[in-house]
Amino acid sequence: MIFEDEPVPGYPLPILPGHTSPGRLERVLRAGQFAVTTELAPPDSADPEDVYRRARIFDGQVDAINATDGSGANCHMSSLAVCALLTRVGYAPVMQISCRDKNRIAIQGDILGGAAMGVCNLLCLTGDGVQAGDHPQALPVFDLDSMTLLETARTLRDEHHFLSGRKISYAPRVLLGAAENPFAKPFEWRAQRLAKKVAAGAQFIQTQFCYDLLLLRAFMRQVEELGLLDKVFILVGVGPLRSAKSAEWIRTHVPGVHIPDEIIKRLAGASDGALEGRRLCIDLIQEIRTVKGVHGVHVMAYRQEETVAEIIERSGVLGGRVPWYPGRDPQANTNRMAS
Amino acid sequence: MYAVRQWSVRHARGLNTFYRGFESVLVALHPLWKRLGYQRLERPVAAVERSVKGLLFDCRMCGQCILSSTGMSCPMNCPKNLRNGPCGGVRANGHCEVRPEMKCVWTEAVAGSARIPGGMDALRQVQVAVDRRLQGRSSWLRVVRQRVGEI
Repeated sequence: MIFEDEPVPGYPLPILPGHTSPGRLERVLRAGQFAVTTELAPPDSADPEDVYRRARIFDGQVDAINATDGSGANCHMSSLAVCALLTRVGYAPVMQISCRDKNRIAIQGDILGGAAMGVCNLLCLTGDGVQAGDHPQALPVFDLDSMTLLETARTLRDEHHFLSGRKISYAPRVLLGAAENPFAKPFEWRAQRLAKKVAAGAQFIQTQFCYDLLLLRAFMRQVEELGLLDKVFILVGVGPLRSAKSAEWIRTHVPGVHIPDEIIKRLAGASDGALEGRRLCIDLIQEIRTVKGVHGVHVMAYRQEETVAEIIERSGVLGGRVPWYPGRDPQANTNRMAS
Repeated sequence: MYAVRQWSVRHARGLNTFYRGFESVLVALHPLWKRLGYQRLERPVAAVERSVKGLLFDCRMCGQCILSSTGMSCPMNCPKNLRNGPCGGVRANGHCEVRPEMKCVWTEAVAGSARIPGGMDALRQVQVAVDRRLQGRSSWLRVVRQRVGEI
């Protein structure tokens, strides 16, 4: 969809009534479109071009790009810096904030800084434990948890003050997101936890990888029973598996990722595992789209990001819609002032 | 101790009932505590609290106890200090992602809360961020002073 008030790159869109952010992702979600987000693996580099190269491969296929914050407790360029680079040219990033590395003082500063640079979406995460990454000797901070982080961000945005009570003169105008894993124990508690996150301020959810539609449907039924369907936008996590062997490795080594046996069998039975993995991902996206209450997908293709565009295109979920990217509308009015 | 901690979760209902009574007694004795002086009581009471709750719950003395809202499973034993529910990394066997030999504190909390009347409602409350200044201080004395409106 083309917004008539499409901005000059880096400039915010006007905030529509009922919206909390000037962001494109919120517009797409509230317009009832099926949204597509993806994840950019931040480079181990100080070269901005490394970030732009990684963003460009998603052009025209995604509504927002998550900038991960030391995912897997591995060190990379910071999410704040990746977001700064992305917003400079107009991309709509989702700034991930993890509680592992920063205390409430640093986190609140980053939220203000991110919003000042045009970040319109935050994803509030607890973060992986340090033992999972390449610096296991580091101090795990965890001053806040995902829930109190959400509350903190909402306090900044809606009550215009820090946790300390000190006023801020201009509030960050952001859409607040959180993660949920419907595929990990305790299953009966997962939807309740989602309700808690919504109560704490979550407006959208990006889930862990979904390879089990039965569990997803059961989870979504619980979400519906709790009356949350019109209170939160749920984007289900998907991603291509490379082979039966890699799927087996992921499910035994990556905590929180659940891959049923049938999926492994389907990959093992294929002559080209990677191709079958992409087909499987497309099938899953098409199935997920039909689940009541799902508003989009979050495609995570770590180290195979180049497959994302093809997967989205072939899944047909955008329905001919072309999400904004730098240079999509060459004749667009670029004289407009920032609002 | 891990085995005792699990026993406590299994007996969450009884422990919760006992604590309710214990708390009422503490609150009733407020005039006495006040005469002795809360400042002076802080260290000895904290020491008792540390040993009793340390034995039963592997208490970390965060100083702002929420055991009654977490099914008698101490959330500060979560390697991520999560006080609002499990993270997404819980293993298929219900164990912790960071410490695989340990049951997830939160799968335990859900089980324990189900045993306490009103426990599930308490579990649904969003817990505020931890006040790190209270680390090592007595939660019991703080509860009494809150209940009588002193703080």
